[in-house]
Amino acid sequence: MKISFNINGQPQTVDVDGNTPLLWVVRDVLHLKGTKFGCGKAACGACTLHVEGEAVRSCSYSVKFAEGKRVTTIEGLGTKENLHPVQQAWIEEVVPQCGYCQPGFMMATAALIEKVPNPTDEDIDNNIVNICRCATYYRMRKAIHRAAELNQSSKQIDQ
Amino acid sequence: MNNKLLYLLLTSMFVGVVLVFANIEAETNSQTPATEKSEVEGAPFDKMMAVLTHKRCVNCHPSSDYPRQGEDRHVHNFGVQRGADNHGMPALRCESCHQHENNDFSGVPGAPEWSLAPRSMAWEGLSRVEIAKSMLDPTKNGGRTLEETVHHLTEHELVLWAWEPGVDANGNPREKPPVPKDEYIEAVKAWAAAGAVIPEK
Ligand code: FES
Ligand code: FES
Repeated sequence: MKISFNINGQPQTVDVDGNTPLLWVVRDVLHLKGTKFGCGKAACGACTLHVEGEAVRSCSYSVKFAEGKRVTTIEGLGTKENLHPVQQAWIEEVVPQCGYCQPGFMMATAALIEKVPNPTDEDIDNNIVNICRCATYYRMRKAIHRAAELNQSSKQIDQ
Repeated sequence: MNNKLLYLLLTSMFVGVVLVFANIEAETNSQTPATEKSEVEGAPFDKMMAVLTHKRCVNCHPSSDYPRQGEDRHVHNFGVQRGADNHGMPALRCESCHQHENNDFSGVPGAPEWSLAPRSMAWEGLSRVEIAKSMLDPTKNGGRTLEETVHHLTEHELVLWAWEPGVDANGNPREKPPVPKDEYIEAVKAWAAAGAVIPEK
């Protein structure tokens, strides 16, 4: 089945079984390895990416649902020259340990600060429920607050 | 003599062939699933309520802001919550994991409009009579007429998902309601047509 969507600003057409999880299309067909496989059961959040700006667990998202939509993976979040506020905050707070879970957390955070520009600790607890085996949660929380701050100020500069 | 032998030989071959075919037929029959039978006898109201009090319905009609899940009706993992529009929190939506159909790879169930029933439609902990009363109460049922309620109960894809519940995260099929879909739909319509009477208990 041919499925066309936009990924990180580029139009793409893939010819795969429509029920293939988007995660495997992203990793194995499009060779974007930033999105990770953790549990395959929508439980850990390692595979989080955006579909139309919404955080989605791609291990549980059949690629056929992406037809005509806009998909963003960690590779499309920002660039080295122009970091996304989440990336900037993650660097400042030196969040990752092994790093495996981090792309999923960063994508979930990027979605959160678009919807809740100034998240409280409670907002973070209610919305970011990914799992980090290295337990970087403490630094993560600081980085989420920092990302929100940077996002706000970059928006003010834009205006 | 020779004729007799030939006769015996042919007869035993024929019997053998018949036995082989009978056996194949028996095996085929044992593989064909029996027509789904209702586990509930009784009036249309009894059949309807046996479905509506089943976990496939009640898990998403909770009395709190936390969905329930699974055969044991545990509180939904990960602290998932109702949110302002019954579709979850701003960045942890039902649709973050639940799509328009079941996902047999992850075991995540899905159907169009996957969400919680509004708080006014909380059924968890209510008796079947209380549920039925709340279903007919326009202040609790979203202002639906009886006709609209029957439509929701018999045609809404999210409701009918209960008979196509897919497999769980371990690949085990989810339990279906105790009354087959067609029989349930018939029961709801019959109950409504007879005046939607709610018994004392
Ligand atoms: S790999 Fe998708 S949620 Fe764990
Ligand atoms: S940094 Fe190792 S799993 Fe999160």
